[in-house]
Amino acid sequence: MFEYAPAPESRSVVDIADSYGLFIDGEFRAPADGDAFKTINPASEEVLAEVATAGPEDVDRAVAAARRAFPAWSALPGAERSKYLFRIARIIQERSRELAVLESLDNGKPIKETRDVDLPLVAAHFFYYAGWADKLAYAGFGPDPRPIGVAGQVIPWNFPLLMLAWKVAPALATGNTVVLKPAETTPLSALFFADVCRQAELPPGVVNIVTGAGDTGAYLVAHPDVDKVAFTGSTEVGREIARTVAGTGKRLTLELGGKAANIVFDDAPIDQAVEGIVDGIFFNQGHVCCAGSRLLVQESVADHLMDSLKRRMATLRVGDPLDKNTDVGAINSAAQLARIRELSEIGAQEGAERWSPPCELPERGFWFAPTVFTGVTQAHRIAREEIFGPVLSVLTFRTPAEAIEKANNTPYGLSAGVWTEKGSRILAVADKLRAGVIWANTFNKFDPASPFGGYKESGYGREGGRHGLEAYLA
Amino acid sequence: MTATATVGLSDLRAFLHGLPGVDKVGVEGRAAALGTRSVKTGSKAKAIDLAIRMVDLTTLEGADTPGKVRALCAKGRRPDPADPGCPPVAAICVYPAMVPVAAAALAGSGVHLASVATAFPSGQAPLEVKLADTRAAVAAGADEVDMVISRGAFLAGDYTRVFDEIVAVREACGSAHLKVILETGELGTYDNVRRASWLAMLAGADFIKTSTGKVAVNATLPITLVMLEAVRDFRARHGRQVGVKPAGGIKTTKDAIKYLVLINETVGDDWLSPDWFRFGASSLLNDLLMQRTKLTTGHYSGPDYFTLD
Repeated sequence: MFEYAPAPESRSVVDIADSYGLFIDGEFRAPADGDAFKTINPASEEVLAEVATAGPEDVDRAVAAARRAFPAWSALPGAERSKYLFRIARIIQERSRELAVLESLDNGKPIKETRDVDLPLVAAHFFYYAGWADKLAYAGFGPDPRPIGVAGQVIPWNFPLLMLAWKVAPALATGNTVVLKPAETTPLSALFFADVCRQAELPPGVVNIVTGAGDTGAYLVAHPDVDKVAFTGSTEVGREIARTVAGTGKRLTLELGGKAANIVFDDAPIDQAVEGIVDGIFFNQGHVCCAGSRLLVQESVADHLMDSLKRRMATLRVGDPLDKNTDVGAINSAAQLARIRELSEIGAQEGAERWSPPCELPERGFWFAPTVFTGVTQAHRIAREEIFGPVLSVLTFRTPAEAIEKANNTPYGLSAGVWTEKGSRILAVADKLRAGVIWANTFNKFDPASPFGGYKESGYGREGGRHGLEAYLA
Repeated sequence: MTATATVGLSDLRAFLHGLPGVDKVGVEGRAAALGTRSVKTGSKAKAIDLAIRMVDLTTLEGADTPGKVRALCAKGRRPDPADPGCPPVAAICVYPAMVPVAAAALAGSGVHLASVATAFPSGQAPLEVKLADTRAAVAAGADEVDMVISRGAFLAGDYTRVFDEIVAVREACGSAHLKVILETGELGTYDNVRRASWLAMLAGADFIKTSTGKVAVNATLPITLVMLEAVRDFRARHGRQVGVKPAGGIKTTKDAIKYLVLINETVGDDWLSPDWFRFGASSLLNDLLMQRTKLTTGHYSGPDYFTLD
């Protein structure tokens, strides 16, 4: 056997402070009541840093700072704002190695992914929206579109820095100021970003970062001086936010859960479909809202495809996120691991057949082996609920009509995949799928120019592309 | 051969066109992703020695002379005169006219002797000429024959002709191993690479080989990936293992290691041996030797420390 020797990326490339304050008005400051929480490395459970918990008073200060910064920032010519965004994008590229290591440490995702996917996309997103800042009059939202004001943004832990980029870049390009709350388990890259803003000499108050758990997020979205709320996360919390915001006149965009169907027809390019299935569900440990968590495979090729998929899964390298050869890293938190375990148990109890490749998991930290369930039906909970982990549910179908019916038979509608060598079938099926993003013969591919968002309980509003400007323009 | 000899034109065409398609973006993405594997220290040392043992050290020039071929054979037997621990290459690959010289130079070494044949590199000659070419090479001492397929016939859809030619050459080889060169750079699509791979295997190839090294596009990672998938699937279906040989354009240790990673993560252990995988190369060997010395001594030696043959 050709074994790869350990190839660890050095963690000393990034400095992590013992403790972090809140980034308000261009300064790091202590929280009003001195509360703090610890953020850990999910691959080892080692404490990385202590991070301030923002209470109502702190959120108030952050929103006030954003409000103070708004008139001057929004009055800048677009070309001037774009200079700041270009500068931020370049600094992110220059410091991408630090950021990649930091993100892997705090999130548990493999360094291969932060280095080759997250960081390049983050920089690309800032570059993309930097380009829009002086062209807003030509974006199709009227001759003189205006910014909304202060945006309160709450982001998840699965792509901490990328989700920050998705929120902050369009908001700043359009002349809004922001208060952003990163997820409780992954605050470090956002705090690093605060330093990037200072390095770029962004005016104080344009970007504010408040850390904390759900309460901090709740204060932020409920704050009366926030004009626009943007949230990415679970459908449950999204509902809560929609209730809070209802009737206040605040603008709201939600990017929530998903249970995407990845449909493989019998004339698919099988070897590449297998790669797409693997990318669809095991990329980022399955912590992806648009993950292809439901594999719908045509019955006539199901056995062959499953053999290929299992053989491929056996080559996945699960382990140390900082090893450059790791494919699947750590589950982000104990709580998430518990949820994945619970739903997987339910899947087995409901009669689906569970399979994982032989794989040695580290003793410390939060780990879950790549898992596939076969014999799943629409009536199984693992076919309906979002697991948000490396767990694939496999269902079969007989005809294109049945595939479409099953694919759409979900409360979600974020993404879907279609695999067939027949171009006309791609178009016909994509036309009938009710999902915001449909990938044909690929999966989990992202580009800042492409709008992203959901149907039904996957949320509303679009992020990315020209469409992504709309949420931040009046 | 029993099952395949009866395959008629319509069956063969239906079969080849019924193989699953290859998605270009997907296969290139997969090959690029595997290209980012980091192979260091001990695993790099093992990979380098394995790669040396897989080299078909090749000279295929109009200017080849007995002196040149003898020098190459000496290099193949002992690639690094300074280090007796350095393994020999798998084979020396020459034109048929040079086979007698090489056979004498390699006698008793265990290094195989491969000869290109069948009107290499174009394959544009009558079948009788190709067969005579093959028989002469084998009679002179070649134990491996690298034949080219008629790309013209393949692209014209005349699969039976290509099939029959391979069968005939296979027979002319006697006990010599047959490597079938698909010349993938002229086939145009990955679908064709997969079809040609199956066609060659059904006709009895012991190895399928990417290229002659004489056209613009030679071996690439995604093309080799498609061929590895083909040999894997062929064995699953027919129970016979076929080897793979990328040739042309593989010049550095880094390149060679990417191919080993490709084998490791596509077809696995069974193909990680010179019996089942070869590199058709010339300049690759010196880079492997240079990296090998670097790993042992901790520093690079100048190119003049490695023999030029």
